[in-house]
Parts: sequence; structure tokens; C-alpha cells
Amino acid sequence: MLLLIGALTIGLILSLLAFGVFITFRIFEFPDITAEGSITLGGAVAAVLIVAHVNPVLATLAAFAAGALAGTATAVLHTRFRINSLLSGILVMTALYSVNLHVMGKSNLPLLSERTMTSMAESAGIRLLGSPTLHLAGWEVGASDISSLLLSLAVAALVGLALYLFFRTNLGVAMQAAGDNAQMIRALGVNVDTMIVLGLAISNGLIAVAGALLTQYQGFADVQMGIGMVVWGLASVIIGEALVGVRDLGFLITGAVMGSVLFRLLVAVALRGGLNPNDLKLVTAVFVFGALVLPTLARRFRRPSRV
Amino acid sequence: MTPMLDIRGIRKTFNAHTANEVRALRGVDLAIDSGSFVVVIGTNGSGKSTLLNAVAGGFFVDSGSLHIDGTDVTAWPEHRRAAYIGRVFQDPFSGTATSMSIAENLALAARRGRPRGLGRALHRSALDGFRDRVRRLNMGLEDRLQNPIGSLSGGQRQALTLLMATWLKPKLLLLDEHTAALDPKSADQVIRLSEEIVTRDKLTTMMVTHSMSQAANLGDRLIMMHRGTVLHDIRGVEKQRLRANDLLNRFEDVRRADLLDESAAAMLRRLYV
Repeated sequence: MLLLIGALTIGLILSLLAFGVFITFRIFEFPDITAEGSITLGGAVAAVLIVAHVNPVLATLAAFAAGALAGTATAVLHTRFRINSLLSGILVMTALYSVNLHVMGKSNLPLLSERTMTSMAESAGIRLLGSPTLHLAGWEVGASDISSLLLSLAVAALVGLALYLFFRTNLGVAMQAAGDNAQMIRALGVNVDTMIVLGLAISNGLIAVAGALLTQYQGFADVQMGIGMVVWGLASVIIGEALVGVRDLGFLITGAVMGSVLFRLLVAVALRGGLNPNDLKLVTAVFVFGALVLPTLARRFRRPSRV
Repeated sequence: MTPMLDIRGIRKTFNAHTANEVRALRGVDLAIDSGSFVVVIGTNGSGKSTLLNAVAGGFFVDSGSLHIDGTDVTAWPEHRRAAYIGRVFQDPFSGTATSMSIAENLALAARRGRPRGLGRALHRSALDGFRDRVRRLNMGLEDRLQNPIGSLSGGQRQALTLLMATWLKPKLLLLDEHTAALDPKSADQVIRLSEEIVTRDKLTTMMVTHSMSQAANLGDRLIMMHRGTVLHDIRGVEKQRLRANDLLNRFEDVRRADLLDESAAAMLRRLYV
């Protein structure tokens, strides 16, 4: 049960990563690798500020700002200096590795007994319930675990809703159009470069918040925590799309949350079932490869060959 | 009266100083009065589409200047000029965002050249306005505002793009062979719609076309481009009298002159090289 709640919590936290990947990969078709650096940057910034006794909510918002800055850097490399999108992300991600080490001062920063958003939620939950444990469908679960689950659910729902509403505004619609048809939206007076900068800033800001929340949940920030995260986010988005199936934005955003949670559960079950943790990233990469290739293969298989 | 569009001596060379150098515009001067409907024709590579692109801001010209309604826009990027210019492209896929709904596309057009903030794009009164104006296309699209653009035919998309380009009255409407990719029936429909909108809103218009009948029947002025310059500029009564056959004859003249040039060049090469 604890395993399930843990997987759900991490899945919900990482749905912010899925949102970010969705914005870059799906809306802009911009393969933004910056994410691997900005998720760590978010964790590092939040951890350092929390250790310095800054309010954890403010620390998380600071992580958003830092991530947005990283995204802006990638976007500027791409739009102003015309560097290939993938390479722009790789450059910033590589640079961020050093930046993150400088921010943390060492490669791993524990949050021992600091006040974090997780600990705040936990103590609030215990206070509300009046007991440190409760019984849920016959299982005994810790009130603190449930509290951090509810916190991440609230954050994922709130951010998802905000994102949905944003893409319904004039600015948000213009951003989607910039990803869909740059020529058209330029002819309608929108600076596509500005949209890319804004989109990557929001994307990496959200991904940094995912890093900040993950750091507070697991109790430490680590300079290696970003490795493989882009593929994980992509896996979540792909699972989400398979689950909801429609091209409506509201569904796709909900799908990204569901995909992220389901992916986490699959990982937890696989690890429990004896999967070597070292193989996890290999299995994930193969999974995403399959998800990317299968639709094409299925189409080829279905279409009768012409003689 | 200042002309609505004033093009003065613009030149453009692509891939300068390379083997692929193309001198696309070699000094074009053109002043278009407000409310004038100018048809632009020319052979392939004559520079007619390049001229339209230069006005729209797809690239910056090497020399010369462009003024729209007295404002110097020579150094303005494409998206800034869009505040003054409505455009319809040759490819029906270029003018609309495929994955987005008809309503969303119209909402984008309704803010052409205006700041876009965090106001709701599809509020009720906007949707009512969209439905009203789309109904006038007589394509039954008013009940399908939430459908993605991708589900429409090429003709429907071009009609919609035309509606979008003129949603806010532009100072200048640029039509770049906007019926060339359509079947004859749709092309006819889109042309009639173009004429109707241009006449109704008294729009200053430049239309590039390959169709001699369109060139003869539409507009009050005709420009024939050749090798990056304006070869013929026909207007007034002479334009009214112009028939498709006259235009074909002019093309034939151009072709003969080119052949003559080439054979002369070949002869000179034989003699001196």
C-alpha cells in the first residue's frame, strides 16, 4: 500500500514534467532536452533556499523562475542564434550541470529536518485527522503519506487547470498556432520567436517545479536526478494520449497526468516484480521507441498492399 | 494623395556571390492607389511572387524602400507588417492552423496585428460574431465552428483564409495564386468571394495569378513582371478592354524576345568563346 501511495505521489509530481514535455514536444514540436537540467535546477534551487529557511512555497516559486530562465536560454540560442533546437537544449543542459553543482555546493544536498511543502502537508494532515494512521479500505496507511499524496494531487490539478485556461486565452491560442503553422501566425502579426521563448520558459518552469516538489518529497536534491527525465516525460505524454485518444487540449492535459501516474505505477510494479533497477532506463527507452514506431507499423499493416 | 502602397526601386538577390545567385528583383517601382485592385502576372521566375513576399516582409530587400499608407515599413519584420496586411497563400494548408478549430482560427484572425493578452479567445459574443460572418460564406461552416480546420476541403480552407485575412480591414490585401491549388469549381467560388469582399470593403489588393481569364476579368490594373522588373503596367480603359488572348500574345512576345536573346548569346559564344 505504501508502495502504491508513493508511486501515485511521485506520478502526480512528475505530471508537471509531463506538462512541460507536452508543451515543447507536442505543441511546438521542439525536442527540448533542457528539461534534464532544469528539473535538477529546480530541485537544487528549492533545496538551497529551504536549507536557508526560506518559506518552502517561495522556494518552489523560485524554482519555477530558475527553470523559466533556463528555458529562455535554450529558446534564445535557437531563435536569436539559429542553433538547431536539439543542440540548443543540449548546450544549456550541459551548462546547467555545472550551474547546479554551484547552486548546491556539492553533488547531493539532503533536507534532513527542514520545513518543506511535504512536511507542512504531513503535519497539517496529522493535525486534521488527529491520529498518525488511518484505515483505508482495510489498509492501515500513514496520515502523512496520504497528506503528501493529496498535496501533489492538488498541485497537479491546479497547474493542469491553469494550463488549460491559459491555452484558451488569446495568447495561449496564438502560442498553439505558432507551433501548428508558423507562416500563418506570422501573417496574423505574431512574433513566432517570442512565442517559442515564452513556451520554453513556461515548460521548463513547470519542469523545475516538478524537480522542486520531488526534492521536497524524497528529502534531497541530487545533481544526477535529471538523467533520463525527458524520456520519462515523453513516455507519460504518450501513455496519456493513448488513454484519452482525442485531440482536445483539456483531455490531453488530463491524459498527461494519468499517463504520468500510470507510468509510475508500471515502474513500481516492474521493480517489485524483480526488474533490475539498472535496467529501468533501458526498458523506458525501448518502451518509448515502441510507442513511437507502433502507430506507423500498424498503419502499414492495415493498409492493403497495392498490386 | 499618397499611394496606399509605394514601392521604390527595390532589389533583391538571393544566394548572392554563389553559384546559385538569383537576382529576383532588379529595381521595381510601383505605386498603388488606395482601393485599387492590381493583378500581377508573369512567367515562372519572373519575380511576381517574390514581389508580393517583399511587400509582406518574408525577407528584407537589399535596396529600395516600401511605404504602406505613408509609413516606411522597409525595416519592419513580417509579423509587424501584418498589422497592415492581410494575406492568402497558394497552399490551402499555409493560411490556417490545421489542428485547431475553425473558431480558434477565426479568433486568431480577429486579433491580427493587435496585442494578445490573457483575455478569453472564444467568449460568447466572439463566437456569435464568427457564426454570423461564416454563415455569409454559404458553406454550412457556421454549425461546425468547433471542428478542426483539418476536416475542411481546400476550397473551404481558402474561403476561410480569405475571410480571416479581411476580418479586420487590412490596408493591403495580398493574394498569392490563392486559387492555383484548387479544383476549377472551388477556384471559381473563391474568386467570386474575393471579388465580393474586395469590392465591398474597397480593399487595396495585389493578386498574383497564372489564370489569364482571372487576369483579364479581375481588377482595374495589371502588372506583368519579367526578369525581376515590371514589363507592362496596364490600367484604366486599356485594362478594361484587355482580353485573355491579348495577354497570351504578350507572353508570346516575351518568349520570342527571350529566345532571341538566347540565340544571340549562343551566336556570340560561338564567335568569341
